[in-house]
Amino acid sequence: MTVTNLVEIRDLRFSYGDRPILSGLRMDFPLGKVVAVMGGSGSGKTTILRLIGGQLKPSSGTVQMNGQAVHDLDTPGLYQLRRKMGMLFQNGALFTDLTVFENVAFPLREHTDLPEELLHDLVLMKLNAVGLRNAAHLKPSEISGGMARRVALARAIALDPQLMMYDEPFTGLDPISLGVTANLIRRLNDALGSTSIIVSHDVSESFSIADYVYFLSEGKIVAEGTPSEMMVSQDPYVKQFVHAEADGPVPFHYPGRSLAADLGLEERQ
Amino acid sequence: MTDFLASIGRFIRETIAGTGYATRTFLTMLRSSTGLLKRPRLITDQVHFIGNHSLLIICVSGLFVGFVLGLQGYYTLSRYGSEQALGVLVALSLIRELGPVVTALLFAGRAGTSLTAEIGLMKTGEQLAAMEMMAVNPFERVLAPRFWAGFISMPVLAALFSAVGVIGGYIVGVQLIGVDEGAFWSQMQAGVDVWDDIVNGVVKSFVFGIAVTFTALFQGYEAQPTPEGVARATTRTVVISSLLVLWLDFLMTALMFN
Repeated sequence: MTVTNLVEIRDLRFSYGDRPILSGLRMDFPLGKVVAVMGGSGSGKTTILRLIGGQLKPSSGTVQMNGQAVHDLDTPGLYQLRRKMGMLFQNGALFTDLTVFENVAFPLREHTDLPEELLHDLVLMKLNAVGLRNAAHLKPSEISGGMARRVALARAIALDPQLMMYDEPFTGLDPISLGVTANLIRRLNDALGSTSIIVSHDVSESFSIADYVYFLSEGKIVAEGTPSEMMVSQDPYVKQFVHAEADGPVPFHYPGRSLAADLGLEERQ
Repeated sequence: MTDFLASIGRFIRETIAGTGYATRTFLTMLRSSTGLLKRPRLITDQVHFIGNHSLLIICVSGLFVGFVLGLQGYYTLSRYGSEQALGVLVALSLIRELGPVVTALLFAGRAGTSLTAEIGLMKTGEQLAAMEMMAVNPFERVLAPRFWAGFISMPVLAALFSAVGVIGGYIVGVQLIGVDEGAFWSQMQAGVDVWDDIVNGVVKSFVFGIAVTFTALFQGYEAQPTPEGVARATTRTVVISSLLVLWLDFLMTALMFN
């Protein structure tokens, strides 16, 4: 059986000025699957999402969605493509001057001419899917961080996107919200038949819902496979990450001079 | 010496690059405004937010400026036995200069800072990025409606400032000091020209509206996405737009009134 990829990344390189962030990535995001991109802070995970969303342009290589090279599109073309994408930002990025209802209604009002009654029902259905129908009248400042993340999720799926991107969806959530959010991501992906990309460093939650995992370190893919393969992987980086070991390929200490050198012990010896 | 020359060169280069970038942003915003014709509500909402909320400070300031003009004008004119000309002095001072300029300076402090902080915080909270990812152009949805609202509000606020200022001058000059009421109004009517004075004042207000509102929006949009960055951008809005208003006022006064 051939698997169709919704998003394909080939030989992707990206740098901020002289500082390389990503080098030579090759990644596939198949239709209907949940793919997790994992790695430590500063490994370039969020940059991948920004490149797929067309917010950044690669230094070289290609990012394709539905066979279209994202970085080659002009602004109207890019906006057209983005209508097929949804993105959940780390802090939700809700519009603070709008109610929960209006936040979810925002993309529908901007991109459709639906009658008000239908729009109302659609928004309530989206909010119902994330369990916040009764919070529709509240402002973002009146709800918790976990609830804000769920409202943002309802807003992101308002237009039934083909591709959902989640930037650190589990960060800062309590254990209950964590499980709820993880379940929602999986359920919504299956219900919409979309493809989900989760950028995260939360091993247990990501592994519980992902079909495939990429491990990223210093802008390179160091390991990839299914969650069960990763759990038994002998790769030192994956082992350190999955089992939360303090030291390993990712050093505990920030690179630089040794403690002995700083204390002047090397000169005394 | 070489360092000094290099720093001058760098300053000139950065100023030209910055001006070019701001101009390009301005043109992008104008191009994005065409969609607003279909959604005028976006502008009227902002006129309410920017204009209506500035009303109180503008009217109170106008009243006190009128009071002071009445007092100072009477003091100076009475030395030459020309107290009857108080009306025209108050009106011309307000319509030609103080109305547009003081309104623009107050607008920069009241609405300009609020715009910069709002846009800057939207950027910090990734709301602008979220909008872009929802295929909504922030220039069209956020910047352009606020720009046109500022452009529309400024002349209206300046007109109100001048009107309230004239009333302030009348209260002090006529009601408190005792200048002849008929002379106050008739000299004003005879001395104020619609084209030379009122239209020129309105033109100034429109120009100040463009300068102050765009400065506020640009600073907010380009703010570093940190609390400190937004604070700095807000300060820059007041400093740059105030200097721009004063410089443009000099330029336009020289052109309009020779």
